[in-house]
Amino acid sequence: MRKTRYGALAMAAAAALTLSACGGGGEPESGGEGTGEAAADSVRIGIKFDQPGLGFDEGGEYTGFDVDVAKYVAGELGYSEDQIEWVEAPSANRENMLANEQVDMIFATYSITDTRKETVDFAGPYFIAGQDLLVPADSDISGPEDLEGKNLCSVTGSTSATKIKEEYPGVNLVEQPGYAECVSVMASGAIDAVTTDDIILAGLAANAESGDFKVVGNTFSEERYGVGLTKGSELCSDINAAIEKMIEEGAWEEALANNLEGVDYEPNSELNPPTPDDCV
Amino acid sequence: MEDYLSLLVEYDVLGAFWVNIQLTLWAGVWALLLGTVLALMRISPIASLQWLGAAYVNIFRNTPLTIILAFGFLGLFGQLGFTLAEDLNVSLFRIAILGLAIYHAAFVCEAIRSGVNTVPLGQAEAARAIGLSFMPAARLIILPQAFRGAIAPLGNVLIALIKNSTVAAAGSVAIETSTVMKEMIEFRSDVIYPIFFTFALGFVILVIPIGLLTTWASKKLAVAR
Repeated sequence: MRKTRYGALAMAAAAALTLSACGGGGEPESGGEGTGEAAADSVRIGIKFDQPGLGFDEGGEYTGFDVDVAKYVAGELGYSEDQIEWVEAPSANRENMLANEQVDMIFATYSITDTRKETVDFAGPYFIAGQDLLVPADSDISGPEDLEGKNLCSVTGSTSATKIKEEYPGVNLVEQPGYAECVSVMASGAIDAVTTDDIILAGLAANAESGDFKVVGNTFSEERYGVGLTKGSELCSDINAAIEKMIEEGAWEEALANNLEGVDYEPNSELNPPTPDDCV
Repeated sequence: MEDYLSLLVEYDVLGAFWVNIQLTLWAGVWALLLGTVLALMRISPIASLQWLGAAYVNIFRNTPLTIILAFGFLGLFGQLGFTLAEDLNVSLFRIAILGLAIYHAAFVCEAIRSGVNTVPLGQAEAARAIGLSFMPAARLIILPQAFRGAIAPLGNVLIALIKNSTVAAAGSVAIETSTVMKEMIEFRSDVIYPIFFTFALGFVILVIPIGLLTTWASKKLAVAR
């Protein structure tokens, strides 16, 4: 009895080895071909996957304003939509993804700042946002001055959270991993307001499943969304030309309107649509 | 290098570690109390208490800590409006301690039970023979020996607790280490590796002495048989 059991075990082990040998041999070949093709005639674009209205993954379909701008720019650069490979670019990873050439461009609510310019290049800006507040529709909060002693939610470690901590110390700031958590807690009334860039808030309000929210419309910072590029990239001036063309043709305005349908939100009209900066 | 040093001035890294130490100490005390009660329940002669203790351990030991802490924020605070203090941040800090304590109590219970197993059965029989009932026997005879046998596994739970205290970020404890690290990376991803190593080193500095101390104490205090 014992002998047959060992025999069966040995058989199973041998079979497993044979199987794994097959797997090991097959993979590198197919993998090699795949990446070879991808590098030749496709473009890898980094976007957010979790921001409704800007960059959002709806079961493999990518939607949002960033996505639409990216599609237009890629089109101007000679890539059709099915040549675009969408890659998730979370805020903290963006500089590294560019430095390691994991993506060619990043359209992910990526503010142009001097610190970031030291490691990456930017084209654009293609939109100018500002930090704002999202509040329940019946709230009387009209700006950051009204927040004293109120509960405010933002994303852990984000620029918006830091700004509040520095400039409005009287606010009770709660930090959560994502804006979805903030909005769901605000729907139940435990949080009075959510803060981040106005266009992100508008996207959240447009897609909130419960509760009725409004964007206050009193921005207290200026975030210039640019296209992140690898340092020394030659694409900058072509991308700027594409952005200018998109604004001129009206496709820019159309994209904005389509993605933020049904929300009472107007982007700051003094600053938008923006003129792209000169390339380095 | 200069970039990196300026970062340490700008961000309160030590303060962040202090928050984690506070979380660990408070949660450790509560987990030890609750865990001891649970261990008593599991070794008691009353079947329903045994069942309750086992059920607690199996439920909380098998639930991810992130879920417990996220429930503390989204469920207890967010939906039910549960608070443990007037001030919002103090309240969230205490809810995080509660979550950490509830989770680690399950591990403390099992560590103490392993300590109880090091006490020979004869000790319990002798205690009953001189007329002690369950509670006095546990308090005077079993638990003192069990704790001395459980120092090493309790030390392991403490080490896990220190590192798990960073999960308190899920419960919105704002200035603890993983949050500060995230903030530093958001603004200064040009020095991302030094930032990682700083925090890793910080935890190594916290954890190694505990490991050494518990190893030493478990040898020193072991019951010679």
